[in-house]
Amino acid sequence: MEGIYAFCVGLLTACGIFLALRGRTFPVVVGLTLLSYGVNLFLFASGRLKLNSAAVLGQSEQYSDPLPQALVLTAIVIGFAMTAFVVILAMRARADLGNDHVDGRLPEVPETPFQRRSGSQ
Amino acid sequence: MQHLAILPVLLPLFTGALLLLPPFKDALNRQRTFALLSIAAQLFIAAMLLMTAMQNGTQMYVLGGWQPPFGIVLVADRISTLLVLLCTLLCAGALLYACAGTDKAGQYFHPLFMFQVTGINGAFLTGDIFNLFVFFEVLLIASYALLVHGGGKQKTQAAVHYVILNLIGSSLFLFGLGILYGTLGTLNIADMAVKVRSLDEAEAIVAKAGGLLLLLVFGLKAALLPLHFWLPRTYASASAPVAALFAIMTKVGIYSIFRIHTLIFGAEAHFLADIALPWLWPMAMGTLAIGTLGVFASPTLRLMTANLVIISAGTLLITAALQTERATAAALYYMIHSTLITGALFLIADLISRQRGKAEDRFVKSRAIAQPRLLGFAFIIAALAIIGLPPLSGFVGKVLVMRAAESTAEIIWIWPLILVSSLMVLVALSRAGTTLFWRVTNAPSSEEKAHPFEVAGIALLLVVSPLLVIFGGAVTEYTAEAAHQLHDLTQSVDALLPGGN
Repeated sequence: MEGIYAFCVGLLTACGIFLALRGRTFPVVVGLTLLSYGVNLFLFASGRLKLNSAAVLGQSEQYSDPLPQALVLTAIVIGFAMTAFVVILAMRARADLGNDHVDGRLPEVPETPFQRRSGSQ
Repeated sequence: MQHLAILPVLLPLFTGALLLLPPFKDALNRQRTFALLSIAAQLFIAAMLLMTAMQNGTQMYVLGGWQPPFGIVLVADRISTLLVLLCTLLCAGALLYACAGTDKAGQYFHPLFMFQVTGINGAFLTGDIFNLFVFFEVLLIASYALLVHGGGKQKTQAAVHYVILNLIGSSLFLFGLGILYGTLGTLNIADMAVKVRSLDEAEAIVAKAGGLLLLLVFGLKAALLPLHFWLPRTYASASAPVAALFAIMTKVGIYSIFRIHTLIFGAEAHFLADIALPWLWPMAMGTLAIGTLGVFASPTLRLMTANLVIISAGTLLITAALQTERATAAALYYMIHSTLITGALFLIADLISRQRGKAEDRFVKSRAIAQPRLLGFAFIIAALAIIGLPPLSGFVGKVLVMRAAESTAEIIWIWPLILVSSLMVLVALSRAGTTLFWRVTNAPSSEEKAHPFEVAGIALLLVVSPLLVIFGGAVTEYTAEAAHQLHDLTQSVDALLPGGN
């Protein structure tokens, strides 16, 4: 279980970071979301993974740590608000700046011979 | 007053919430009056809290009666109360300035402003690392909205970078927190400082990763060298009172480095002793150097001020890397001075920019400023203070920082860096001042005059600089005592845990 869990967290984080490094706002927002999923799972695991152990008194023999669950809940709420904000900001930036690049302007791509030909027509 | 310690968080929070409700919602004048009254009350409370912390020792506020290390605590010791007072003072200046008309540019300026104050005060007061994260988020989300307040292409463009960077920072913060909780099993800062001593070697390596991740996050907030690129653009594009308020945001990062990396990962931490130092040294010096170059290269006064913020962050980070009591005391003095003066400079830059018409605050020849005497006087006071020329507070602050480095091996780096940086700032600011005030065309100057509130806001921030010198003895005594409190682990760690009194 631990192996699969760690692999999932790692994969989510890796995908999140890869997407956050992209140039357009949409993949960046998706990347940030994946990153926050990764971090939520990671926080949850910081209280150790246990089976059959509730966090409520009198419900099981062994108890699991309730604190990480509270932390994850807080982190989810905050992450949700932040994602909503960044989506609105990305749309605003698209409207204000006329493109969806994170720098607000498209990088200059060196002209290829094909474009030059089609541009001259 | 039993509940005094939580008031600096609650009061701005409720003020902000009330400002969203009907009697204030659509009446800007009522909002202004109420916000100003509230900030005056906050100033009073912050001063009271400081006096209490000074006379009766550290005030610990245990929320809900859940004793540490399990419950949430607010710790009002000498450092945190000093910074709360500093923040409130800066806010008072910025708010006075904003009430003259900046708040008209968009809706909800005052509530957002108050929410940001809530976050900053909370981050200073909290004794619990997860709440540090929560208050960081509160201040950040308010700052995102304040940054784009008023709208405009430049602001949106700067905000996209700022928001995305800080969201990644928040994720990394949570990773760091998760690692530390997983290894130490606690989130109370004082308790972490105790638990970190008994980690075995295998766990210590994991905890080190967590500690350094936190350094990365605080470095991002504090504008540490490779993480500072967001700052000049963001601060230069924000509206003046917002930029002035942002001047304290880098200090929140630096304060967190002091709290976490001096207390938890300090000299006592066994395997994890001083983990931040190898990184902090070169980066802090680099920050100072790059800030100085930035000041020299700035084409506008606002960008120049933003780079001055980086310089002050670099100087403060050097004192954090020194990790001595004396350095911390010097840092606190310098922090009060540099926060208020850079805040004032942002406000002055805005007035200058409005009175110069199309040229704004760019360093080019343009028509004369409408009120050259008033603005010139304000500019020269701020410039003298920030350069570090006597008789103002910058001089005392820089001398204190340099004296703190006196007996260390790093003196051969620190002294030349600070001195050369001051000289270069002197040259750059002289050039800026002469261009802005004296290189004028014959075109008639604009009619736009500074509003009395704007002048009052700037004066409030600037007057602290001479006061810091006149009452220098009392202030340095206070900062020395505060630094002693931070570095003395019986006071800053054991006294905050049950059974430690």
